[in-house]
Amino acid sequence: MSNWVKVAPFDEIPKLGARVVRTKDSEQKEFDIGVFRTEDDRIFAINNTCPHKGGPLSQGIVYGDKVACPMHSWKISLVDGKAEEPDVGETACFNTKIEDGFVYLELKA
Amino acid sequence: MQKMKLVVVGNGMAGMRVVEELLKIAPDIYDITVFGDEPYPNYNRIMLSPVLANEQTINDIILNTREWYAENNITLYTSARINKIDRKNRVVYAEDGASAEYDRLLLATGSKPFMLPIEGANLEGVIGYRDIKDTNDMIDAAKKHKHAVVIGGGLLGLEAANGLKIQGMEVTVIHRNEWLLEKQLDKTAGKMLQKNLEAKGLNFQLKQNTKELTGDGADGKSGRVNTIHFTDGSSLPADLVVMAVGIRPNFSLAESAGIYCNKGIVVNDTMQTYDPRVYAVGECVAHRGISYGLVAPLFEMAKVCATHLANFGIGQYKGSVTSTKLKVTGVDLFSAGDFGNIDDGREEIVLHDAVGGVYKKLVIKDDKIIGSVLYGDTADGAWYFKMLRDGKPIHEIRDSLMFGQDSLGNTGHQGQDKAAAMTNEMEVCGCNGVCKGTIVKAIQDQGLFTIDDVKKQTKAGSSCGSCVGLVEQILASTLGGGYAPPSSSKAVCGCSDKNHEEVRAEIRTHKYLNIPDAMKGMGWRTPNGCATCRPALNYYLLSTWPHEAVDDPQSRFINERVHANIQKDGTYSVIPRMYGGVTSSDQLRKIADVADKYAVPMVKVTGGQRIDLLGVKKEDLVDMWKDLDMPSGYAYAKGIRTVKTCVGSEFCRFGTQNSTQMGIDIEKAFDHMWAPHKVKFAVSGCPRNCAESGIKDVGIIGVDSGWEIYVGGNGGIKTEVAQFLCKVKTSDEVLEYSGAFIQIYREEARYLDRTVHWIERVGLEYVKQRILEDAEGRKAAYERLLYALQGAVNPWAERVEKREQHKEFETIIV
Repeated sequence: MSNWVKVAPFDEIPKLGARVVRTKDSEQKEFDIGVFRTEDDRIFAINNTCPHKGGPLSQGIVYGDKVACPMHSWKISLVDGKAEEPDVGETACFNTKIEDGFVYLELKA
Repeated sequence: MQKMKLVVVGNGMAGMRVVEELLKIAPDIYDITVFGDEPYPNYNRIMLSPVLANEQTINDIILNTREWYAENNITLYTSARINKIDRKNRVVYAEDGASAEYDRLLLATGSKPFMLPIEGANLEGVIGYRDIKDTNDMIDAAKKHKHAVVIGGGLLGLEAANGLKIQGMEVTVIHRNEWLLEKQLDKTAGKMLQKNLEAKGLNFQLKQNTKELTGDGADGKSGRVNTIHFTDGSSLPADLVVMAVGIRPNFSLAESAGIYCNKGIVVNDTMQTYDPRVYAVGECVAHRGISYGLVAPLFEMAKVCATHLANFGIGQYKGSVTSTKLKVTGVDLFSAGDFGNIDDGREEIVLHDAVGGVYKKLVIKDDKIIGSVLYGDTADGAWYFKMLRDGKPIHEIRDSLMFGQDSLGNTGHQGQDKAAAMTNEMEVCGCNGVCKGTIVKAIQDQGLFTIDDVKKQTKAGSSCGSCVGLVEQILASTLGGGYAPPSSSKAVCGCSDKNHEEVRAEIRTHKYLNIPDAMKGMGWRTPNGCATCRPALNYYLLSTWPHEAVDDPQSRFINERVHANIQKDGTYSVIPRMYGGVTSSDQLRKIADVADKYAVPMVKVTGGQRIDLLGVKKEDLVDMWKDLDMPSGYAYAKGIRTVKTCVGSEFCRFGTQNSTQMGIDIEKAFDHMWAPHKVKFAVSGCPRNCAESGIKDVGIIGVDSGWEIYVGGNGGIKTEVAQFLCKVKTSDEVLEYSGAFIQIYREEARYLDRTVHWIERVGLEYVKQRILEDAEGRKAAYERLLYALQGAVNPWAERVEKREQHKEFETIIV
């Protein structure tokens, strides 16, 4: 079952930047998702936690379709949540869509 | 779009390095086909000697597995020797009938061992030393035969001899010259080496020339070799003869196709042959009349060649200076450049400890190192080599040059400064917990050739950088001649080939005012750079064009974006400014109230004489700043941090100057200043120096008659004592001189250079000339700094005021 939620107006996600979306998982535990906007205005959403040591990825520098974690500079792909080699690790990805100027995020039902 | 066809002839290190570089920058423009005449995928040829010495196996030295070729959609033909190029129809043909069409052809046919044209050279058991087959032949011969003779006392010959001895053979090295490695060593070092190798059981015949080889056939001219005869009439038993008298570029294929060759395939600075569709790299080429037989130049060529194949067309190969090391375990030697004994005004500095087995010679001409020979202790080889290649003037460090570089950090690696003296279990990198053995294994197994590779793969040296010097030593000794230290003018990052100085110059010349224009104008390969180049570009733009260039917050590290320091759990620390380390009961009360209100988990006094509120939630930052109503301390910035002061003449019974006030004045004057890296000042009121001015970027010490200014100190990874710049009389002069110094640093240093690194590169003399000898220049620089800082505001207050415009920092709850 899909579970799309409205997040924010597209314009409020900074270009080459991100916003933090706080939500709850299936066990009602809070966690953060980073919603990123690339230079060419694509929107990606990944779990805000770096697979390395848990750094908040939304605070990193965004380039191309990657983000560099602010803690130890692991490079995480916004497309599939995977760490750039030779680092190994992966963070969860979420589907996004833009409708009528708003960004929507598909949470796991 | 239809892909072009790239055919690579030669599956060795040079050719495949081009393919690897090409895949990195332009993975999709070619269908690639590779022909190699050996039955193996690409392997690390320079590791054949460790294989022969039983230190590695063939599997260890494979660089690209067959799976790698498949994953990258490369068609690989092994055991396939190309014997014809049809340039008109653009097809290559292999001996076994295979063929491939090309749009671009890359020749990387390598070299072959030179076989002496003597009687008996074609007998069984007479081989060169070039590939896995030769290595296996030697290992097999050692199982069945006893007497080995190696002709040639060069690097390859000695490595072969050492390996054969380890394989159990009786080995004699025949050498024409008076001493071994005459191209790499002077006589003294050559003799020391010989003694060392004799102790390992090798025999030598120097100044000896081979006349002929005879075999065990009835006529002596057939069968397997059994005797070597010399021109002086003597002879030796020999069941295996390894000819290691040199290599010759292998260019017969190119020549037969009518491509212009002259002792090698002639290429221009873009690695292009006389046929514009055909490129060549590696040992087979003659570039500016020189052919190289070491791996480091091949890699430089490969990089250039790949940019041209990728149609970037920017790189130029301008030749290489090479260095050598011998890969014989237990023998440490290094040489580079020109160390011949010629009377042309060159000078020598020599250190010779015959008993300790250490010999070092530096050859200097016109204030520059032109050659070096190190034996017994080669830890500083890479450092000397770097200065040699960069042509660095050495008079400022001449008196300590021979004692090597003190480049290592002071902490984190158990006080070790010589990698050779460390055991495999010892920790090299204290930040990431990496032992020497792990690094050696990674270099060998994964085929690493550069410091960056090692940092990336092992993490050693990738955090604080304190141990990079050790890592470099390990890399150099593991790779032997394969290691070339990175040039000090390397590219900013992989997004461009331009180095920092070129980028700064172009920003000035073309007046770029924002990052997209700068990237476009300078031909950046990536659409919006990376986390390395963007912060650097942003800084260069702002420091070159203050008040005009556009600051890009998204190109700043998070700390500078939110004006607070991110901590390991994602909370932040807040440090307000306390000018000169002076506070008041009002300020302390405010801080205490804020700490209570926001339940700050830790309040800590910093080393910079102020107070740190740790563990603050991001969403509380702006409210907290509002309540604090104090200026930001920029404790997060590549910019002015603190001005540490002692008590000074106002209270201290020893104080000669009012250091506290001087500190406050400096901190106020230079507040809000961004810089290539953090900048710390200190002011002491007398030579007792209680503010520790000796380890600050700018350290000021009050004396009875004025102020002394010291620059380039550092108290971090590596303690660096600041150097005396000048003495001035008034506090206005302190501001002007230190301001001018900082401004020139801001304008000319590379991003992430501390003042000490910048001074190390340009020399203190240069700094003195700019600040002391050029009074107008100094004043102008100081004015430029004041202009850049004009109108700067407290970023915290601004954030409080424009809260609505900074929604991006707010968390969205869903």
